[in-house]
Amino acid sequence: MQEIINILQMPFIQRALIAGIVVGFLGSFYAAFVVQRRMSFLGDGLAHSAFGGIALGLLIGTEPMWIALPATVIVALAITWLKEKTELGSDTAIGIFFAVSMALGIIFLSLKKNYSVDAFTYLFGSILMVQAADLYASIILAVVTILISARYWHRWAYATFDTELAKSDRHNVRFDDYLLSVMIALTIVFSIKLVGIVLIAAYLVIPAAASRLISRTFYSMTVLSIIFGITASVAGLFLSVIFDLPSGAVIILTQAFIFFLALIYSRLRK
Amino acid sequence: MHVTLQRDLTDLSNSVEISSLTVQFGSHTALMDINLTIKSGEFISVIGPNGGGKSTLVRLILGLIQPNIGTIYVFGSKPSDLPSDAFGYVPQIKTADRSFPALPIELVASGLSATWPRKVKGELKEKALDALKTVGAEHLADRPLSRLSGGELQRIYLARSIVRNPKILILDEPATGFDSTAEMDLNKTIENIHKVSDTTIIMVTHDWESAFHHSDRVAVLNKNLICCDTPDSAFSEDALRVAFGHIGHTHEMLFGAKHHH
Repeated sequence: MQEIINILQMPFIQRALIAGIVVGFLGSFYAAFVVQRRMSFLGDGLAHSAFGGIALGLLIGTEPMWIALPATVIVALAITWLKEKTELGSDTAIGIFFAVSMALGIIFLSLKKNYSVDAFTYLFGSILMVQAADLYASIILAVVTILISARYWHRWAYATFDTELAKSDRHNVRFDDYLLSVMIALTIVFSIKLVGIVLIAAYLVIPAAASRLISRTFYSMTVLSIIFGITASVAGLFLSVIFDLPSGAVIILTQAFIFFLALIYSRLRK
Repeated sequence: MHVTLQRDLTDLSNSVEISSLTVQFGSHTALMDINLTIKSGEFISVIGPNGGGKSTLVRLILGLIQPNIGTIYVFGSKPSDLPSDAFGYVPQIKTADRSFPALPIELVASGLSATWPRKVKGELKEKALDALKTVGAEHLADRPLSRLSGGELQRIYLARSIVRNPKILILDEPATGFDSTAEMDLNKTIENIHKVSDTTIIMVTHDWESAFHHSDRVAVLNKNLICCDTPDSAFSEDALRVAFGHIGHTHEMLFGAKHHH
């Protein structure tokens, strides 16, 4: 007990914990749409675009997030645009940007000496990296998410169920889809320091997959996903500090544990 | 003078007025020079081969696409200018995502709220239950969509479309994949709606028999509108040959049926 209290008194732990709650909420809220729209590959594609941006940031010696942020948003818009305007499926569109961003990232990193430590923490996540500015930015994103969800949760849910019905009820599905892609891109960028690029796609899938197993309505799926996401972030952070392991990997394993419990529960209920 | 003009434009005895209308997607022509007037309260079936423009016609009436040439008015307005609750739309259920976690009561309520409801309660719930009762599916209100049969899900969609008391009901192949009992039940329900309300009904169907028996007129569509006439005339050998290239097996059955009719 005393050990937990000691841990909680460290400022970097406090920052990480708040960040864990905030990005846990963000990731698992959007995860409900990612899972039902079968967009989990989008998470991968955007995370790797962020990697390209981060690598460029490391190369030119600026805060990597400020490059990763616009890069990821632009790629999110481009993927949505390609999907809409061409015959290409979204998996193909994502596959192209995925590879190009990764290739650019590798070249940027190879141009910089002594990159390995920085790159490693971005790839696998580390609570030590969360700065006050990251925290404020993710809190702002969470507030924006809460504000727009009052209006857009209904619309996104409707179009997730049936695009044609949503269009026939005069919803601007096109704009709504672009907005959702941008919000997912921002969530990914703000979650990178905690979760890491390699695992972020799973982070935007597992809580909602677990809640899908035991939910009868999309609203309950969304709420349960958020509860699972926040729980896994907080528990995962504690475990990663106690066992001195990369925070991203431990958070994902905690999510997977919740998924496993949900799976057992859903089987037993039948 | 102005008053007369106004009346002409909003002639409420016509629900749909289509003149010289052509729809193209790139170099592909989906509908060509269509002229069609549907009166209020009429029940029209639309038949025609696959790729003949049936779904394009539906999307046009719903205001989801615009014609390249010509005009379409629904109750005197451009379809996209009409409030969406003027339309009751039953899409093809084969496109429905059954993995979406939802209950029939929510799907029906979405017809009233015109968006996805967070919780269904109060007046919204009462109205949704009433609509489910009308289609004989009240007992399905809380059964997950993934556990409904095709026929049951189609009823839910029908309840969803009538819950808003639409002026015009559009059904896109409502009985595809049904067994004959489910199909008869559905046809009976649609016919009841036609009898008790003044709703205009437009039904796209591959089922010539139900088109023949239930509708006031049958439109035969294959890019051009071959004809839109009483079932007897629309199912003439000429019209079917022009539309399909052959008169088909069902045609024989229909002509058998016609003699008994």
